[in-house]
This record gives sequence, C-alpha cells and structure tokens, in this order.
Amino acid sequence: MSSLPQTWPDARGRYGEFGGCYVPETLMGPVEELNRAWQSVRHDPAFQAELSRLLKDFAGRPTPLFHAQRLSEKLGGAQIYLKREDLLHTGAHKINNCLGQGLLAQRMGKRRLVAETGAGQHGVATATVAALLGLECVVYMGEEDMARQAPNVFRMRLLGTEVVGVSAGSRTLKDAINEAMREWVTNVESTHYLLGSVLGPHPYPEMVREFHRVIGQEARRQILEVAGRLPDYLFACVGGGSNSIGLFYDFLGDASVKMVGVEAGGRSLKLGEHAARFAGGRPGVLHGTYTYMLQTDDGMVSTTHSVSAGLDYPAIGPEHAALFRAGRVEYVPASDGEALEAAKTLARTEGIIPALESAHAVAEVIKRASAMSRASIVVVNLSGRGDKDLGIFQSFG
Amino acid sequence: MSETLKSAGSERQTAPNRGATRIGIESRLEGRFRDLRKRGEKALVIYLTAGDPLLEATGKLLEAVDQGGADVIELGIPFSDPLADGPVIQRASERAVHGGATLRKVLEYLPRWRERLGAPIVLFTYFNPVLQYGLESFARDASRAGADGTLIVDLTPEEAGDYIAVMRSHHVDTVFLASPTSSDERIERLAAVSTGFLYLVSRTGVTGERQSLSAAVPPLVERARRFTDLPLAVGFGVSTPEQVKAVQALADAAVVGSAVVHAIEERYPAGGAPAVRDFVHWLKGRDSGFEHDRT
Repeated sequence: MSSLPQTWPDARGRYGEFGGCYVPETLMGPVEELNRAWQSVRHDPAFQAELSRLLKDFAGRPTPLFHAQRLSEKLGGAQIYLKREDLLHTGAHKINNCLGQGLLAQRMGKRRLVAETGAGQHGVATATVAALLGLECVVYMGEEDMARQAPNVFRMRLLGTEVVGVSAGSRTLKDAINEAMREWVTNVESTHYLLGSVLGPHPYPEMVREFHRVIGQEARRQILEVAGRLPDYLFACVGGGSNSIGLFYDFLGDASVKMVGVEAGGRSLKLGEHAARFAGGRPGVLHGTYTYMLQTDDGMVSTTHSVSAGLDYPAIGPEHAALFRAGRVEYVPASDGEALEAAKTLARTEGIIPALESAHAVAEVIKRASAMSRASIVVVNLSGRGDKDLGIFQSFG
Repeated sequence: MSETLKSAGSERQTAPNRGATRIGIESRLEGRFRDLRKRGEKALVIYLTAGDPLLEATGKLLEAVDQGGADVIELGIPFSDPLADGPVIQRASERAVHGGATLRKVLEYLPRWRERLGAPIVLFTYFNPVLQYGLESFARDASRAGADGTLIVDLTPEEAGDYIAVMRSHHVDTVFLASPTSSDERIERLAAVSTGFLYLVSRTGVTGERQSLSAAVPPLVERARRFTDLPLAVGFGVSTPEQVKAVQALADAAVVGSAVVHAIEERYPAGGAPAVRDFVHWLKGRDSGFEHDRT
C-alpha cells in the first residue's frame, strides 16, 4: 500500500487503487460542484454546529453503548457491547448522513432531493430530512424491496415523499441507484442526489463516511469510559458499507483493534444467491466507483440475494475494497438463516429486535464470542431496528 | 483475476504516445467527415444496440442502416446497468444481454459485419465490460475487428489516461462526450482527447426521443467550436428528420439513437431489415415513400 488508510482518499478520490469517479460527462460538473461545496463545509464551524445541533436534538445523539450482559453470559465468552444506532430517529444510522447532506444541499441552493433506498431506512431518513428542511423529495425503490419493506414505503409517503417503484433488472437496490442517477442527470440544476452509502463517485464515499464517523468517535469515548480500554473487536454488517466504516474509521490507527465486516451470505455462496462481494467478486466499475463487485466474466453485474434488502447489493464501498486489500479489515459472510436466528436470539436475551441487516453482524458475534476470553471486549454496531422486518420475521415463523 | 486498473496502468509505459506516427494517416472517421465537408453535406450518425433482438440480426440491421444512408454507425455494446440510457435503449440492452450478447461476442462477429459496410463504426459502451476484457486486449481486438472509434459513456478524461494511450497505439479514434453542464475548461479538455469527432450531448438527462430540440444546443455548439476544429456531432433526443435537419444546420452531424432502436423494436419483427433501412432513409430526409407513424 502506498498510503495509510487514515489518509484516504487522495485528491482524485482514490483509496489505494480503488474509488475514483466514473460518471457520464453531464454529471462531472455537478460532482465537481458538490465536491467544492463539501470541501468548504467539512471544516466550517457554523455548518458543523448546525449539524451537531440536529444530530443531538432531532436525531437523538449520542446513542448509548449498551453492555449486552445476558447475551455475553449466554455465549460464555467475550463481553458484548451494542452501539445503539437503532435508537436514532427513523430507526437506523442512516439519519446521520441524511442530515449532513440535507444541510449541504440547502447550502448549495438545491430545492429537491433524490435518493435510492433498499431496505427503506435511507429512504425514510431522506424523506424525514426533506420534510424537516422543507425540500421536495423523490425516492427510488426496487419493486421487490417495496413489497418486502412495505411499512417504510408508507412512512415515506406519509412524510410527503414521492416513492417511485423500479421494475428494471433485479428490482432491488442496484436498480434503484440506476434510476436515481438517471433522475439526477436529468435534473442536475435543481436536484441534489442524496446517496445513502459510501458508494458512488468521489466525493460521495468520503463525504458519507465523514457524516457517519460520529458512530466510532462516540463508541471509542464510551468504551474507554466504561471499560477503561479499547475493544478487541469491532463488528458491523456491510452492504454498501456506511455503518461499518462509520464505526471502524476512528479505530483504524489502533493496531490492537480487530475489525470484522459481515456481508450477506444469502441462501448459498453460488453467484446470484448472495451479496458477499469478497466471496466471489472481483474489481470492476459500478455506479461511479472502482471496487469489488459481483459480476460475470463478461463484466455484466450479477443479481444478488439477501433476506435483508439493505445488504442486497452487488458492489461494496471502495474504501472497504482497499481495507480488504490491505488486510486491515476481515470480511465474512453470514447466511439468511444465521441472521434470522441471531435476531431472535438478541430479541430474547436483550429485549432488542434488530434490523435484519444488523442481525448479520450479531450472527458473526454469536459464532465467535464463546471462543474468546471473558475479558475480551467486542463492540457490535446495531445499525438499525427491526420494526420494518416484522413481516419477514413472521413469514419465517 | 482479470486485468486490473493497475496492470493497465503499467501498459502506459510500454505504449508511448504514437500521436506523431499518425500524422499523414487519416482515420476512416476523419476521411468520412472530410469527404462530407467537401461535398457540403452534414452527417447522419445512427446508433443501434448489438445483439438486439439477437446477435444473428445485428449483421442485417447494420447493413440496413448503412444502406439507409447512415454516414457513421455507433454500435452499442450492451451492459447490464446502462445508467446513461433511457427506457428504449434500456429495453434493447436487456434484450441483448438476455440473448447472450457480450463484448467478446460482438468483437468476434464484427469483422464479418464490417466487411459489408461503407460507414465507419464507433463502438459505444460502458467501462466495466471493457475493463474486464482488459484495456490492451480491447484496443487490439477492436482495432483488428475493424472498429474505427470507441466511446465509453462513463469514462471522462480524468480516468481515461490508460484507455486513451492504448487506443492511440492501436489507431482507434477516441470519441468523448461534452454536455451543457461541461465548463469551458472541460470542453477544451474533452476536445483535446477526442479524435474522429466530438459528441455533444444536447441536454442534461438520459438518451431518449424528444418532441423538440433542446435550446441548449446552439450555445453548446458555439462553445465547442471555440476550442476545436473536430467535427461536432449532436445527439440525445434527436429523433425526427426535422430535428436532424435543425441539428445539421448548426453542427457537422446529428446522432439518432433511441428513435432507431424504437423502430427496430416495433418494425423489425414484422418488416425485417428493409423496414429499418426505410426508417433511416426517412430520417435522412429523402422521399422513400415511407410514412412514419408519429404516434
């Protein structure tokens, strides 16, 4: 590696060899405008003060770090701490980024937000911020996802957002991003594309990471307070990778802290039946960035499957690709069944029903915790709550 | 593991800028535009998607488009996620991908198609299929197959250094897009890396038929003219003979894509290749006795 993870990205939006900016020419002007606006606000005290105020008073930060004693005891090994992003307004970490980008869009004079959503958590958070800031909002969502996350579709509409179903391709997150980008390229003057993960062309992966870093900054302070030392392990699920990079980033310089990103293992590790990009994927370009992705030998993007809509995506954020290549973060898959089982276990031991996305991270902790000593400390990012998944839990009994 | 950006990067050292060796060798695209200029004519550029509805049909359709009067043909290589394209070309891409069309197959078939055509061919695609094929292999095989130029819609000059170098070394023209949202600095840069012609996007948005020509066209043509003597082709939303004529009054070429693909979708199943030839003839503004249904 020619540079350290803490210095990524470089001026061209590269994380090692990954990242960059691969968009049609029409989007280059808007991307450059966005980058200038982002670079001007990221260290602007007035902007940061306004964002902090909303994160605290509107979204509910800081979120607690909860010692899951019964789960830790049941597994008989590591002490498990849950970073409770599920307690945030709108039910997931997504609101951190939406408030940041919403304020930025307002500063840029944009009157309209467009976003994609998979599980609906990003869509709900975007719709919420649009309502809060008085902006118009359109959210694209795959039709398969609309069916399996129906409560979130209703929430968005109640918030005054137009939800547009996408029937192309696999009718999931990938196709929703295609449509959102088409909408953006058509209405670039008036519209800000509020991308919901650490994906897309530069500066999105950097900007979205910065808006979620607060997760790791808080967790670091909190674990030092309650345990007096840094954790041994961090766990987070990885779809595009926003909640995981948010937790990991401020620990990257601490060599003693091991990190595990948990991908969707789906039904099996056969192409098309999962969304584990590091188990069968290889580098390519999708949605504006060079990163690991699931694809055919001919460069066609593969369809994916996961029981959790939020992890059902064929590519991964470029910074994760670079952290994988550098060996700094370990990436493993958890299957649909393991995630469902983990959600049930957490519900019954701690009284917390996690989102199916976050349940993937819990599943990996359940696999490993018993083999660790009782003095070990593990922090899991509980990125979202499971209300939206009740229908799926029901259908699986 | 396929050829990565990194390995492509190392090709740059072994592929010196052959720009100088091209002086005096006119590309077929340059020749075509020079001939047209000499005759005081403007070009009609026709787009179609390879493999739509099947690869076996593409040879016949290319001939039909050529006979119909296309001066340059853009041949789209289908990609699973064509995010710069509107519904018509998305449907064509889906049909083609479903039918098994890939970059590899198109390059295999191209020499046979090519030898029956008068018009130069520009391959139009997205970056990932090219990246997976390997930049150097793509340049070599596209050149051998008789492609005269290439256009990669999601590759801008910032990320295109290696691509430009390998295409130059295989004497394939590189066409780039400029858009109404491109600054003067960007247009200058896009013109500097384009060879053959510069493609001007008539409006912000995706490909697709439109009722009227965008008001953004005249100022964009004027700005581009300040930076380059390259032929200027205007596309995105050009779909009728009237619009073709209006574009040709301003620029050197009009590009018609979605309208042709739409005609293939509607007319090829019953009317075969002649129906598509007549459609291009109609776009060309020639009386072919063809009445286009405008509904």
